[in-house]
Amino acid sequence: MKTLQIVTTAYRCNVEEQDDPVLWIIQAMRGAGANAHVLLEAGAVNYAARGQDASGLSFGGRAQTQPARIEEDIRRLIAKGAEVYAVEDDVAARGLERADLVDGVRGVSRAGLPGLFSAYDRIWRW
Amino acid sequence: MATKKLTLVLMDAPFENARTVTGLRLLDAAIRRGHEVTVFAYEGAVALTFAKQAPHANAVHGRDAVQEDHPLPKDWIAALMEAAQLNGGRLDWVNCGLCVDERGVGEAIPGARRGSPADLWKAAEASDNTLVIGTR
Repeated sequence: MKTLQIVTTAYRCNVEEQDDPVLWIIQAMRGAGANAHVLLEAGAVNYAARGQDASGLSFGGRAQTQPARIEEDIRRLIAKGAEVYAVEDDVAARGLERADLVDGVRGVSRAGLPGLFSAYDRIWRW
Repeated sequence: MATKKLTLVLMDAPFENARTVTGLRLLDAAIRRGHEVTVFAYEGAVALTFAKQAPHANAVHGRDAVQEDHPLPKDWIAALMEAAQLNGGRLDWVNCGLCVDERGVGEAIPGARRGSPADLWKAAEASDNTLVIGTR
Protein backbone atom coordinates (compact mmCIF):
# COMPACT_ATOMS: atom_id res chain seq x y z
CA MET A 1 0.00 0.00 0.00
CA LYS A 2 1.62 3.23 -1.18
CA THR A 3 0.43 6.28 0.74
CA LEU A 4 0.87 10.00 0.33
CA GLN A 5 0.93 11.81 3.64
CA ILE A 6 -0.15 15.42 3.22
CA VAL A 7 1.21 17.81 5.80
CA THR A 8 -0.88 20.97 5.81
CA THR A 9 -0.56 22.37 9.30
CA ALA A 10 2.98 23.36 10.18
CA TYR A 11 4.72 24.06 13.48
CA ARG A 12 2.23 22.01 15.46
CA CYS A 13 3.79 21.31 18.90
CA ASN A 14 7.24 21.36 17.31
CA VAL A 15 8.79 23.00 20.36
CA GLU A 16 7.53 20.49 22.90
CA GLU A 17 8.12 17.47 20.69
CA GLN A 18 11.39 18.75 19.23
CA ASP A 19 10.18 17.71 15.79
CA ASP A 20 7.08 17.85 13.66
CA PRO A 21 4.85 15.02 14.91
CA VAL A 22 3.64 14.12 11.43
CA LEU A 23 7.12 13.94 9.93
CA TRP A 24 8.07 11.93 13.01
CA ILE A 25 5.29 9.38 12.68
CA ILE A 26 5.92 9.05 8.95
CA GLN A 27 9.55 8.21 9.64
CA ALA A 28 8.52 5.79 12.41
CA MET A 29 6.02 4.05 10.12
CA ARG A 30 8.56 3.86 7.33
CA GLY A 31 10.88 2.20 9.84
CA ALA A 32 8.12 -0.37 10.36
CA GLY A 33 7.94 -1.01 6.62
CA ALA A 34 5.45 1.61 5.50
CA ASN A 35 5.56 2.76 1.89
CA ALA A 36 4.76 6.32 2.94
CA HIS A 37 5.64 9.53 1.12
CA VAL A 38 5.15 13.22 1.81
CA LEU A 39 3.38 16.20 0.29
CA LEU A 40 3.95 19.57 1.92
CA GLU A 41 1.27 22.17 1.31
CA ALA A 42 0.15 25.52 2.70
CA GLY A 43 2.40 26.70 5.55
CA ALA A 44 4.11 23.32 5.71
CA VAL A 45 6.05 24.09 2.52
CA ASN A 46 8.33 26.07 4.82
CA TYR A 47 9.55 22.71 6.08
CA ALA A 48 11.38 22.28 2.77
CA ALA A 49 13.34 25.52 3.17
CA ARG A 50 17.08 25.51 3.66
CA GLY A 51 18.68 27.16 6.66
CA GLN A 52 16.01 26.64 9.28
CA ASP A 53 17.20 27.24 12.83
CA ALA A 54 14.90 26.73 15.79
CA SER A 55 17.59 26.95 18.43
CA GLY A 56 17.92 29.49 21.19
CA LEU A 57 14.76 28.98 23.20
CA SER A 58 14.98 29.19 26.96
CA PHE A 59 12.52 29.73 29.75
CA GLY A 60 14.20 31.09 32.84
CA GLY A 61 17.34 29.05 33.24
CA ARG A 62 16.02 26.10 31.28
CA ALA A 63 17.35 26.07 27.71
CA GLN A 64 16.15 23.79 24.96
CA THR A 65 19.20 21.86 23.81
CA GLN A 66 17.59 19.71 21.11
CA PRO A 67 15.25 21.91 19.08
CA ALA A 68 13.33 20.62 16.09
CA ARG A 69 15.54 20.12 13.05
CA ILE A 70 12.91 19.94 10.34
CA GLU A 71 15.36 20.46 7.51
CA GLU A 72 17.30 17.41 8.68
CA ASP A 73 14.08 15.39 8.85
CA ILE A 74 13.26 16.31 5.26
CA ARG A 75 16.78 15.46 4.11
CA ARG A 76 16.65 12.15 6.02
CA LEU A 77 13.32 11.19 4.46
CA ILE A 78 14.66 11.88 0.97
CA ALA A 79 17.92 10.05 1.68
CA LYS A 80 15.94 6.99 2.77
CA GLY A 81 13.91 6.92 -0.42
CA ALA A 82 10.79 8.88 0.45
CA GLU A 83 9.25 11.03 -2.22
CA VAL A 84 8.84 14.54 -0.80
CA TYR A 85 6.73 17.03 -2.73
CA ALA A 86 5.95 20.69 -2.10
CA VAL A 87 3.05 22.54 -3.69
CA GLU A 88 4.74 25.09 -5.95
CA ASP A 89 1.91 27.61 -5.65
CA ASP A 90 2.28 27.62 -1.86
CA VAL A 91 6.07 27.88 -2.13
CA ALA A 92 5.77 30.93 -4.38
CA ALA A 93 3.11 32.52 -2.18
CA ARG A 94 5.61 32.55 0.66
CA GLY A 95 8.33 34.24 -1.37
CA LEU A 96 10.41 31.10 -1.62
CA GLU A 97 12.17 30.05 -4.78
CA ARG A 98 13.23 26.63 -5.92
CA ALA A 99 16.82 27.35 -4.91
CA ASP A 100 15.63 28.00 -1.35
CA LEU A 101 14.46 24.42 -0.98
CA VAL A 102 16.30 21.33 0.16
CA ASP A 103 17.75 19.25 -2.70
CA GLY A 104 15.48 16.41 -3.67
CA VAL A 105 12.20 18.11 -2.84
CA ARG A 106 9.95 17.77 -5.86
CA GLY A 107 7.62 20.54 -6.96
CA VAL A 108 4.01 19.94 -7.93
CA SER A 109 1.47 22.53 -9.00
CA ARG A 110 -1.89 22.66 -7.28
CA ALA A 111 -3.46 21.78 -10.61
CA GLY A 112 -1.20 18.76 -10.77
CA LEU A 113 -2.35 17.32 -7.45
CA PRO A 114 -5.09 15.04 -8.84
CA GLY A 115 -2.56 13.43 -11.12
CA LEU A 116 -0.13 13.02 -8.24
CA PHE A 117 -2.83 11.52 -6.00
CA SER A 118 -3.64 8.93 -8.63
CA ALA A 119 -0.19 7.43 -8.16
CA TYR A 120 -0.96 6.46 -4.56
CA ASP A 121 -3.27 3.86 -3.04
CA ARG A 122 -4.21 5.99 -0.05
CA ILE A 123 -4.05 9.69 0.77
CA TRP A 124 -3.79 10.73 4.40
CA ARG A 125 -4.20 14.41 5.15
CA TRP A 126 -2.81 15.56 8.47
CA MET B 1 -24.05 -4.72 3.83
CA ALA B 2 -20.61 -6.26 4.19
CA THR B 3 -18.68 -5.06 7.18
CA LYS B 4 -15.57 -3.01 6.63
CA LYS B 5 -12.32 -2.55 8.46
CA LEU B 6 -11.59 1.09 9.10
CA THR B 7 -8.80 3.01 10.80
CA LEU B 8 -9.34 6.42 12.34
CA VAL B 9 -6.51 8.64 13.54
CA LEU B 10 -7.39 11.27 16.14
CA MET B 11 -4.94 13.92 17.28
CA ASP B 12 -6.77 16.57 19.28
CA ALA B 13 -6.91 16.69 23.06
CA PRO B 14 -10.29 16.29 24.76
CA PHE B 15 -12.45 19.32 25.63
CA GLU B 16 -10.84 21.45 22.91
CA ASN B 17 -12.83 21.46 19.69
CA ALA B 18 -15.54 19.95 17.55
CA ARG B 19 -13.18 17.79 15.49
CA THR B 20 -13.02 15.25 18.29
CA VAL B 21 -16.79 15.04 18.55
CA THR B 22 -17.00 14.69 14.77
CA GLY B 23 -14.55 11.82 14.97
CA LEU B 24 -16.63 10.13 17.66
CA ARG B 25 -19.80 10.65 15.59
CA LEU B 26 -18.15 8.90 12.65
CA LEU B 27 -17.01 6.16 14.98
CA ASP B 28 -20.53 5.76 16.34
CA ALA B 29 -21.98 5.52 12.83
CA ALA B 30 -19.45 2.87 11.84
CA ILE B 31 -20.00 0.86 14.99
CA ARG B 32 -23.78 0.94 14.60
CA ARG B 33 -23.25 -0.74 11.23
CA GLY B 34 -21.07 -3.44 12.75
CA HIS B 35 -17.83 -2.31 11.15
CA GLU B 36 -14.47 -3.11 12.71
CA VAL B 37 -12.64 0.04 13.65
CA THR B 38 -9.17 0.73 14.95
CA VAL B 39 -8.58 4.14 16.47
CA PHE B 40 -5.02 5.36 16.78
CA ALA B 41 -4.91 8.21 19.29
CA TYR B 42 -1.90 10.41 18.66
CA GLU B 43 -0.52 13.37 20.63
CA GLY B 44 -3.21 15.04 22.77
CA ALA B 45 -5.86 12.51 21.75
CA VAL B 46 -4.31 9.95 24.09
CA ALA B 47 -6.04 11.83 26.92
CA LEU B 48 -9.43 10.92 25.49
CA THR B 49 -9.33 7.61 27.35
CA PHE B 50 -7.66 8.93 30.52
CA ALA B 51 -9.47 7.19 33.37
CA LYS B 52 -9.19 10.10 35.81
CA GLN B 53 -11.36 12.52 33.83
CA ALA B 54 -13.92 13.82 36.32
CA PRO B 55 -17.26 15.60 36.00
CA HIS B 56 -17.83 18.89 37.78
CA ALA B 57 -20.65 21.13 38.92
CA ASN B 58 -21.39 24.24 36.87
CA ALA B 59 -22.31 27.35 38.80
CA VAL B 60 -23.07 29.33 35.65
CA HIS B 61 -25.62 26.71 34.66
CA GLY B 62 -26.93 26.63 38.25
CA ARG B 63 -26.46 22.87 38.42
CA ASP B 64 -24.57 20.58 40.79
CA ALA B 65 -22.37 17.81 39.43
CA VAL B 66 -25.19 15.28 39.28
CA GLN B 67 -27.59 17.67 37.57
CA GLU B 68 -24.90 18.83 35.14
CA ASP B 69 -24.26 15.23 34.07
CA HIS B 70 -21.10 16.40 32.38
CA PRO B 71 -20.19 14.16 29.45
CA LEU B 72 -16.66 12.82 29.53
CA PRO B 73 -14.87 11.50 26.44
CA LYS B 74 -13.69 8.42 28.35
CA ASP B 75 -17.31 7.51 29.06
CA TRP B 76 -18.35 8.08 25.44
CA ILE B 77 -15.51 5.85 24.29
CA ALA B 78 -16.39 3.16 26.83
CA ALA B 79 -19.97 3.29 25.53
CA LEU B 80 -18.71 2.96 21.96
CA MET B 81 -16.64 -0.07 22.92
CA GLU B 82 -19.72 -1.63 24.50
CA ALA B 83 -21.85 -0.80 21.44
CA ALA B 84 -19.25 -2.37 19.15
CA GLN B 85 -19.52 -5.64 21.05
CA LEU B 86 -23.33 -5.56 20.97
CA ASN B 87 -23.36 -4.88 17.22
CA GLY B 88 -20.93 -7.63 16.38
CA GLY B 89 -18.18 -5.23 15.43
CA ARG B 90 -14.98 -4.28 17.13
CA LEU B 91 -13.39 -1.12 18.44
CA ASP B 92 -9.67 -1.42 19.04
CA TRP B 93 -8.46 1.77 20.72
CA VAL B 94 -4.68 2.23 20.52
CA ASN B 95 -2.95 5.08 22.33
CA CYS B 96 0.49 6.20 21.14
CA GLY B 97 2.61 5.05 24.07
CA LEU B 98 5.21 7.80 23.90
CA CYS B 99 2.45 10.41 23.77
CA VAL B 100 0.86 8.82 26.85
CA ASP B 101 4.12 8.99 28.79
CA GLU B 102 4.72 12.63 27.85
CA ARG B 103 1.37 13.58 29.27
CA GLY B 104 1.27 11.25 32.26
CA VAL B 105 -2.06 9.79 31.21
CA GLY B 106 -1.14 6.13 31.51
CA GLU B 107 -4.23 5.25 33.48
CA ALA B 108 -6.61 4.50 30.63
CA ILE B 109 -10.07 2.97 30.69
CA PRO B 110 -10.31 -0.79 30.11
CA GLY B 111 -10.12 -1.62 26.43
CA ALA B 112 -7.67 1.13 25.52
CA ARG B 113 -4.16 -0.15 24.94
CA ARG B 114 -0.70 1.25 24.30
CA GLY B 115 0.79 1.03 20.85
CA SER B 116 3.23 2.55 18.41
CA PRO B 117 3.29 3.95 14.86
CA ALA B 118 3.93 0.36 13.72
CA ASP B 119 0.51 -0.58 15.10
CA LEU B 120 -1.05 2.28 13.16
CA TRP B 121 0.56 1.16 9.92
CA LYS B 122 -0.41 -2.47 10.54
CA ALA B 123 -4.03 -1.47 11.15
CA ALA B 124 -4.07 0.80 8.10
CA GLU B 125 -2.73 -1.94 5.87
CA ALA B 126 -5.48 -4.29 7.06
CA SER B 127 -8.20 -1.66 6.64
CA ASP B 128 -10.41 -0.77 3.71
CA ASN B 129 -9.60 2.85 4.39
CA THR B 130 -8.05 5.24 6.88
CA LEU B 131 -9.17 8.70 7.93
CA VAL B 132 -6.84 11.13 9.67
CA ILE B 133 -8.41 13.94 11.71
CA GLY B 134 -5.39 16.04 12.56
CA THR B 135 -4.97 19.02 14.83
CA ARG B 136 -5.22 22.36 13.03
